Amino acid sequence: MTLADTQPSALNFECETGNYHTFCPISCVAWLYQKIEDSFFLVIGTKTCGYFLQNAMGVMIFAEPRYAMAELEEGDISAQLNDYGELKRLCEQIKRDRNPSVIVWIGTCTTEIIKMDLEGLAPNLEAELGIPIVVARANGLDYAFTQGEDTVLAAMAQRCPTKTPVAEAEKEERNSISKLLNFGRKKEDVLAEQSEYKDHPPLVLFGSLPDPVVTQLTLELKKLGIKVSGWLPSKRYTELPVIEEGYYVSGMNPFLSRTATTLMRRRKTKLIGAPFPIGPDGTRAWLEKICSVFNIEPTGVAEREAKIWESLEDYLQIIRGKSVFFMGDNLLEISLARFLIRCGMTCPEIGIPYMDKRYQGAELAFLEKTCEEMGVPLPTIVEKPDNYNQLQRIHEIKPDLVITGMAHANPLEARGITTKWSVEFTFAQMHGFGNARDILELVTRPLRRNDALKGLGWEKLVREEANH
Amino acid sequence: MKLAYWMYAGPAHIGTLRIASSFKNVHAIMHAPLGDDYFNVMRSMLERERNYTPVTASVVDRNVLARGSQEKVVDNIVRKDREEHPDLIVLTPTCTSSILQEDLKNFCDRAQIDSKGDVMLADVNHYRYNELQAADRSLHQIVQFYLEKARKKGELPEGKTEKPSVNIIGMTTLGFHNNHDCTELKRLMADLGIEVNTVIPEDASVNDLKLMPRAWFNLVPYREIGVMTADYLEREFAMPCVDITPMGIVDTARCIRKIQAVINAQGATVDYEPFIDEQTRFVSQAAWFSRSIDCQNLTGKKAVVFGDNTHAAALTKILSREMGIHVLLAGTYCKYDAEWFTNEVSDYCDRVLISEDNAEIADAIAQLEPAAIFGTQMERHIGKRLNIPCGVIAAPIHIQNFPLGYKPFMGYEGSNQLVDLIYNSFTLGMEDHLLEIFGGHDTKEGITKTMSAESNLGWSRDGLAELNKIPGFVRGKVKRNTEKFARDRNIAEITAEVLYAAKEAVGV
Ligand code: SF4
Repeated sequence: MTLADTQPSALNFECETGNYHTFCPISCVAWLYQKIEDSFFLVIGTKTCGYFLQNAMGVMIFAEPRYAMAELEEGDISAQLNDYGELKRLCEQIKRDRNPSVIVWIGTCTTEIIKMDLEGLAPNLEAELGIPIVVARANGLDYAFTQGEDTVLAAMAQRCPTKTPVAEAEKEERNSISKLLNFGRKKEDVLAEQSEYKDHPPLVLFGSLPDPVVTQLTLELKKLGIKVSGWLPSKRYTELPVIEEGYYVSGMNPFLSRTATTLMRRRKTKLIGAPFPIGPDGTRAWLEKICSVFNIEPTGVAEREAKIWESLEDYLQIIRGKSVFFMGDNLLEISLARFLIRCGMTCPEIGIPYMDKRYQGAELAFLEKTCEEMGVPLPTIVEKPDNYNQLQRIHEIKPDLVITGMAHANPLEARGITTKWSVEFTFAQMHGFGNARDILELVTRPLRRNDALKGLGWEKLVREEANH
Repeated sequence: MKLAYWMYAGPAHIGTLRIASSFKNVHAIMHAPLGDDYFNVMRSMLERERNYTPVTASVVDRNVLARGSQEKVVDNIVRKDREEHPDLIVLTPTCTSSILQEDLKNFCDRAQIDSKGDVMLADVNHYRYNELQAADRSLHQIVQFYLEKARKKGELPEGKTEKPSVNIIGMTTLGFHNNHDCTELKRLMADLGIEVNTVIPEDASVNDLKLMPRAWFNLVPYREIGVMTADYLEREFAMPCVDITPMGIVDTARCIRKIQAVINAQGATVDYEPFIDEQTRFVSQAAWFSRSIDCQNLTGKKAVVFGDNTHAAALTKILSREMGIHVLLAGTYCKYDAEWFTNEVSDYCDRVLISEDNAEIADAIAQLEPAAIFGTQMERHIGKRLNIPCGVIAAPIHIQNFPLGYKPFMGYEGSNQLVDLIYNSFTLGMEDHLLEIFGGHDTKEGITKTMSAESNLGWSRDGLAELNKIPGFVRGKVKRNTEKFARDRNIAEITAEVLYAAKEAVGV
């Protein structure tokens, strides 16, 4: 285990355990079903869960539904119906209609409360149906927003094969044409490619990133002679990466602590604890850390970073010296704050739904170092913030930008406070050197927009008495 | 267990919250897990609401489950009472927390001891009622609570207002075009010389509810929300109710005539016939339009209607009676109130469909092949797939249902709007068809060539694959910039690596 041993000391942590708003973790379905192309997600919950997915996420189940609700009715709740029989009926229908390679059961608060034994039911049904069933308990009692992905990946980590399958041909049934193409390519390129890579233990990266980002980061490591053996999740469930004992793994996002733990404890891999590759500073730190673990010289990485910073100058001019306040939503807060502080911003408060100080250890240390180097005060990190109290603080200190969940954005704007939705960062392509610009495009957009409107004198759009 | 891909009506707590947050200075505490508080998002985002949504989630998590939630819920109610001094705090669980079977009534009683405002538990069965039923009930519960309170204190006003007056019941936040309908109804009442006594719940104060019995009658424009309240007022205060939805020229007139009968029975002597006639024939454009030459082409065209009871019934009647359009099928997702719907529409359509299953409706539409659909966002998508135009006439709401301009569905202006909607749905359908024939649509620009015609630049397979992952609307720009980048550097083949190098360099 190579988790950072240096626990940041100077940072101020608080836990308000307040009433705060964030999305339900089952929302991960919305991006995971797109990422894993041969999957089907079945959310086992109530109307409340279903309406959430339909409305708040704006992900409507239209043309090609690859996820659905198993809506629990009164009979299910009062245990008059047999869970196994009911789930079997639904999964048979899904198999018939959609024929996915895997069905992912997403447990919810309701399955927790009525203690439905999903993990117990799955193996039997899996055997009976002949389709793998992965169980993830992404409920809102234990997790917040992006952690839903963590529960799914942690469950999938246990399904990754341990040995490279000898007979590739078995998997050929599906999509044989694209397979053939890949195959052909592999053969001719294998030799050439091998010489490009240095000798190092296998490395698997985990975290669901958009495909272009996957390519970018893979290429970034390739430049240093490091080969990525696989990604969790892969584009298809049938192509989950091989994970053997002693492999190295690295997480792409700050909310994946359970997956990290599962990979270390259950699959006996070694976690490379590094800052996350968000922003040029984070990307460099991440690459250097991997290099140091593999004893490889990080040639040219510092220069790359410097060049990227140069190209960002036009955006930096807009935010330098301004302050940003994170209300807390998607657990990306620490990494984003660290990057924005490096960009020249100040940050009084970072709200965050959940803080794993070990998994985020390297990132926290990096945040502290960044503040020191930039000569700005350390932010207060507030776990499980109380939104009402936060609003009081926001109205008091009037930050230049508030990064917030959707519930508070419009009311804050109406009171003359500039905001950006945190959700947008969840879906943006922001990892790696090349995407730093996209983060700043998002961050500066409200500032640029409000700058454009400035001359109009429409700052406050609520009557004084309505003010909070 | 039910396999569900789509829901027409939301869960019960959404209905309760719509009522509570429509009132002025009422706060709702939702006893629920973290992810259930998306009502705040819906209100803030869909309705572009400027104020903080007066709903606070009292978060249920593992700890709360283990320790019991009473303390936390009571604390949160009392705290909100202190922070914002609401007149009323409504406590509601969600489907999820209602399984815990806690004595929430008792929580409210406990909290009431330390609160200045009123505290109330929304009394709804979360597994038997949907959003609409829960909204109807919660509104009734709040009205009854305040009238009984006033009665006990001897604060009920005596007698009626001097001039004929009305309570408009059922205007809520997140309602389908409710705000515009409300304005239109107020205008209509002004034209009829009727005072608006109260409008509830939108923007009403609970302290004014005791004034409701002063009105001469109640107007319930929507079948879904307000009926229970009006029934209660009729029972307890002998207040007559007008429940004809004033949508379309014919039913607007029917509604006005019923109002006339109701207030004349109480001593007024009004004759609205000249007003109706003037509006119908000369002011409103809808009746004239039906007669105009344009509309001839709509005669006998076939349509399918689907929505909530109010809108689907009204549209069916308008299409059939006022425009001569053949309604093949009229349907509603308000299963719990199917009889009402069937009675309303059976004379005006070939077939009635009562269903909450979107697949069943999709199949019916596919099989009937109407020229146009009038339905919800769901049917709009079905129509898109089948290439059938669809006018959206009912919730579930969507941000498009909160237009900035004035777009009521009710009254005479509403009739104009509806005719526009209907006419445009059909003609857009026709235009679409013509465009298809003449190839007028933008043809999709696929990047399939490996060699750009104007240069000797080549795209490698992986480069091309990456390019194709870039969203269509920026792909052209990215392609151009990348090729420029490659040309400037004498790179002959654009690989994925080159593409991303270009992105970094020029920020394409
Ligand atoms: S918080 Fe729980 S009950 Fe609510 S939507 Fe999420 S899983 Fe469903």
